[in-house]
Amino acid sequence: MAWFKKTRKPMAAPAKEKPSRVPEGLWVKCPGCAQAIYNKDLVTTLNVCPKCGHHFRLGAAERLRTLFDAAWTEYDKDLVSTDPLSFTDTKPYRARLKAGMEGTGLRDAVIVASGAIDGIETMVAAMEYEFIGGSMGVVVGEKIARAIERAIGARMPVVIVCCSGGARMMEGALSLMQMAKICAALARLDRERLPYIAVLTDPTTGGVTASFAMLGDLNIAEPKALIGFAGPRVIEQTIRQKLPDGFQRSEFLMEKGMLDLVVDRRELKATIASALRFMGAGALATQSEAVSP
Amino acid sequence: MPLETLEFEEPIAALLKEIEALTQLPRTDARDREIEALGRRLVTVRGTLYKSLTPWQRVLVARHPNRPGLEDFIQRLFTGFVEIHGDRRFADDHALMTGFAEFKGQPVLLVGHVKGGDTKEKIFRNFGYARPEGYRKALRAMRLAEKFRRPIIVFVDTPAAYPGIESEERGVAEAIAVNIRDMTVLDTPIIVIVSGEGGSGGALGIAIGDRVLMQEFAIYSVIPPEGCAALVWRDSSKKAEAAAALKLTAPDLLEFGIIDEIVKEPIGGAHTDPAAAAQLVDDVLTRVLAEVGAMTSDARLAKRYEKFRNMGRAGIEFLEE
Repeated sequence: MAWFKKTRKPMAAPAKEKPSRVPEGLWVKCPGCAQAIYNKDLVTTLNVCPKCGHHFRLGAAERLRTLFDAAWTEYDKDLVSTDPLSFTDTKPYRARLKAGMEGTGLRDAVIVASGAIDGIETMVAAMEYEFIGGSMGVVVGEKIARAIERAIGARMPVVIVCCSGGARMMEGALSLMQMAKICAALARLDRERLPYIAVLTDPTTGGVTASFAMLGDLNIAEPKALIGFAGPRVIEQTIRQKLPDGFQRSEFLMEKGMLDLVVDRRELKATIASALRFMGAGALATQSEAVSP
Repeated sequence: MPLETLEFEEPIAALLKEIEALTQLPRTDARDREIEALGRRLVTVRGTLYKSLTPWQRVLVARHPNRPGLEDFIQRLFTGFVEIHGDRRFADDHALMTGFAEFKGQPVLLVGHVKGGDTKEKIFRNFGYARPEGYRKALRAMRLAEKFRRPIIVFVDTPAAYPGIESEERGVAEAIAVNIRDMTVLDTPIIVIVSGEGGSGGALGIAIGDRVLMQEFAIYSVIPPEGCAALVWRDSSKKAEAAAALKLTAPDLLEFGIIDEIVKEPIGGAHTDPAAAAQLVDDVLTRVLAEVGAMTSDARLAKRYEKFRNMGRAGIEFLEE
């Protein structure tokens, strides 16, 4: 056989890498500036590239570590979804839930906990993207609603760190109704004049954006996070055009007036603390004690 | 306009055609008898067909081009409708209509999506895809109703909120979020009727109420079946499977406690007899409006909160460590 007729083995496709997750190993290539970063450096910079400021995605537990001063109290960690629709697509939803639990050590896509942020007792809900895309189903809805109700009871501010693709399709309209459930609780929090800060991280889309992510007394985003209602692909299909650069990114939303500020993760805790102080938090608990007979 | 038939309605289409052909013939007693017989057959065929619709067939019925929508209900159930336009911020959205009218002598505010009838009107109405200004107009109008203690009646029929650049730029997510939050505490009775397509956030953005009713063949879903199929099966032709998996039919939603009541439709769906369909809505609406209207503000708001607060509880289990 002539050499030029030789059939070549196709090159193996490179293993698909997840772009914004810190992989194992000593060195990490930054998707922002393509530079190699020493893994241990990332720990001290809260998973932000020290060279270009690219924000790697944070897991829910790591997120709490970056916000709380010390240990925190977790709530409702034993709630699990029963798969109310008995949903099966290419895989049963139960299998997806199981994989999510094994992958993250959590039972669903959010951790709720209270603890001190710069000395201010705060209720925080942090969403976990690795659990079925951070999607909001009945458990996420229930845990966040309970967290808000607890915060009202204890006269505490609420911070929700969003990181979610939106409502969880596998729980159908029940997941859609979690938007209503959480918004209803937020309306009560609002009437109680208690602070609520929404932190929008990459990505915050769909039903999460169209409910609690946009309802903060302050809406704070991390740089260059994807934030939107409809997914970019859906919009491209509707308008049959490519979307402009930077569309649906934090900076774009701020420019359009939808965000109060875009803050580097390394400044986030301090910014939240100063906002909470402006809103009178910290003094809240003592105030209510003084008022109550 | 002749009634359009859906792909699964072939036996109905054949009968309609036969009747149509007969009516062209010169009038005789024999012809009339035959038309009458065919008419009776039509009712039975429709009855059996509609008794066992698949979820996907229900999606098609909910989207039927002749399905009566807000404008039809306004004409049949309300008097003296005066439309109010615009969000006083940016524009007047044509996919979402608001206005006041009387329902049996009682002044009410009407809010609802409009999809439009013919092609020209469909384009004008943006096929029922509302933009942010639509949701903001709705909230402005609802505040007006709250101020003057008038009940609000909402008709939901939209594929989705408009997924376009300008929607995102003007904050469609924020508009929907604010509506949902504020409607949970709006101090006046709110009755919601899902009359066609309950398309995700675009529907929920006006669908918080003391009672959520749903017409028998309407649908209410977190994502359209086509979108779901494209997402998980990577194949939009799996829409029938997706429609079944999503549990988006009225009986499913009643079981989950997402809706309070199903409003029956005439045999063959609301589009076959809009007058009868409206009458069925009228009956339920009259009763429900009286029930909710009789409650005190505090009791009504507490109940509204509890209703949405409890949604999904049945889907949660408590696992011991």
